[in-house]
Amino acid sequence: MSVMVSVIQPTESWYLILSAVLFGIGTVGVMVRRNPLIMFMCIELMLNAVNLSFVALASEVADIDGQVAVFFVLVVAAAEVVVGLGIIVSIMRRRTTLTVDDMSGLKG
Amino acid sequence: MVLAAGLVGPSIPWVELIPILSLLGGACFLLLVGSLVPNWPRRGYAWVTGVSAVVAIVANAIKWNNLYYNKGALFLADAISIDRFSVLASIAICLALVMSALLVSAYLLRMNADGPELYALLLTAGIGALVMVSANDLIVLFLGLETLSLSLYLLAASNRDREESQESGLKYFILGGFSSAFFLYGVALIFGSTGSTKISGISEALSGNISVLRTDALLLVGIGMLLVGLGFKVSAAPFHIWTPDVYEGAPTPVTAFMASVGKVAAFAALMRVLMVGLEQRADDWRPVVWALALLTVFVGSILAVVQTNVKRMLAYSSISHAGFILVGVEAAGHMSGDGIASSMNYLAIYTVLVMGSFAIVLAMSGNSDGETNLSDFKGLAKRRPALALAFTVLLFAQAGVPLTAGFVAKFAVIKSAVEVDSYVLAVAAMVAAVIGAYLYLRIAVSMWLEEPVSENEISVDPAVVVVIALAVVATLVVGLFPELLLQATRLARFAPR
Repeated sequence: MSVMVSVIQPTESWYLILSAVLFGIGTVGVMVRRNPLIMFMCIELMLNAVNLSFVALASEVADIDGQVAVFFVLVVAAAEVVVGLGIIVSIMRRRTTLTVDDMSGLKG
Repeated sequence: MVLAAGLVGPSIPWVELIPILSLLGGACFLLLVGSLVPNWPRRGYAWVTGVSAVVAIVANAIKWNNLYYNKGALFLADAISIDRFSVLASIAICLALVMSALLVSAYLLRMNADGPELYALLLTAGIGALVMVSANDLIVLFLGLETLSLSLYLLAASNRDREESQESGLKYFILGGFSSAFFLYGVALIFGSTGSTKISGISEALSGNISVLRTDALLLVGIGMLLVGLGFKVSAAPFHIWTPDVYEGAPTPVTAFMASVGKVAAFAALMRVLMVGLEQRADDWRPVVWALALLTVFVGSILAVVQTNVKRMLAYSSISHAGFILVGVEAAGHMSGDGIASSMNYLAIYTVLVMGSFAIVLAMSGNSDGETNLSDFKGLAKRRPALALAFTVLLFAQAGVPLTAGFVAKFAVIKSAVEVDSYVLAVAAMVAAVIGAYLYLRIAVSMWLEEPVSENEISVDPAVVVVIALAVVATLVVGLFPELLLQATRLARFAPR
């Protein structure tokens, strides 16, 4: 006689909550960190959180479009890395350390 | 293999895509031939850019004419919508592209640094903008937005010798990426609640559905995130913080480009998403747009008063212009009246005004591109009367003085707000216009009534003269014959779904 073990199956909502949490971590990271590289990583985290929601929601509404969207987002994120690191490197050539607090020439 | 055999790709409407292909061809030509052939004739790069943009304008003008009898249609598996709304916005974008190419050529020749890169980036940014204004799929819209933004980040940071330019590039990049992530999250949530990323599909899903609590929550949060993302791009308060810094730091012709093209593309996309996709939920988004518009007109006008740098003043003035356009969008949200037409009218006029104004700032900014303080403009009337007169006309137009295009623009959005009984917003816009006038008058007063501080020779490049002349003539013609543009914008409709 076998004992029935109720296994908790993760549903789409779990993934949505996880992605919301990741997105929140990314958002807070961009706002509180002062190193442009870390801020940049936080933006990537936000984009990947969105990817997770896309996949979860695609499985919920049973539509392939959401999964296809992830590929486009990945491409855009890669392009963003190239451009972002290019800008950061070109600034780093002029100075040895970089935090966003040093970037205060423009204000008013 | 078996699966792939059943897959049929969408048919590609090459003729409809001519404007985008023309800009793409120009960009590839510049990068390829530009790197193979080192010495181009003077202004050769600008010619290539200008010609590909003019081809796009002509193709769009023909499309505008052909669309006379039908209202437009969806192409590329419903990803692209070619209708008079997108065609009109495309024409405005390509016009701004031609003018920016002229300004960039003047700027690069003055610095002795002519090269194909900036022009190629202008063209790729233009492609992104054209995709944005005609996208009927939120993912395609996102791709257009990123094509535009990534090019703009590089353009802003393109002056390697000026620290402000680098700083503005970095700031724009971090905040732009941040806002894109919000936009994308909004797309994901709207996809989750409606089962479609197509703008027309969302509209269909919303018109037939029964409200379910969880789906509704997803949708409303999604709409909010989408508004945050696009609000950043159109620099609506409270998401405007990046605007003054980026506009001040970026090279002046680039500022002109992003102020005009960036705003036209983002507003056109915003209007299409709200008016076509989320038409059924207008009662949900209209109050948000109302609040954004109210805040933006005042923040732009009031903060402009305390600035001392002309580029920064114009940045705040562009924020306040964004507020006026949002007044038109709010009016459009009532689904009656002239909201869309007046917003498009404002966008077209704003494009020309901002181009002309920044062209004059470019003429004044000197070899370092940094002499843009208000004190540098003192006594301009005694040094270069024609330049001062042209700037005065453009500033008065931005303030909304009658007989100039700016008056027509402001009058049309306020009229459309009054027509749908949005009185609070209409009165707020009028009060903000009065506050904003102080800024424009302040620049005019220091040009005409104060003594010059600097005696440096101001050399104005012929390309800049062309842009200024075009802008001033367009301002006066539209100001004297407002019906020309208003009639065209009233025909700017979305394709039926």
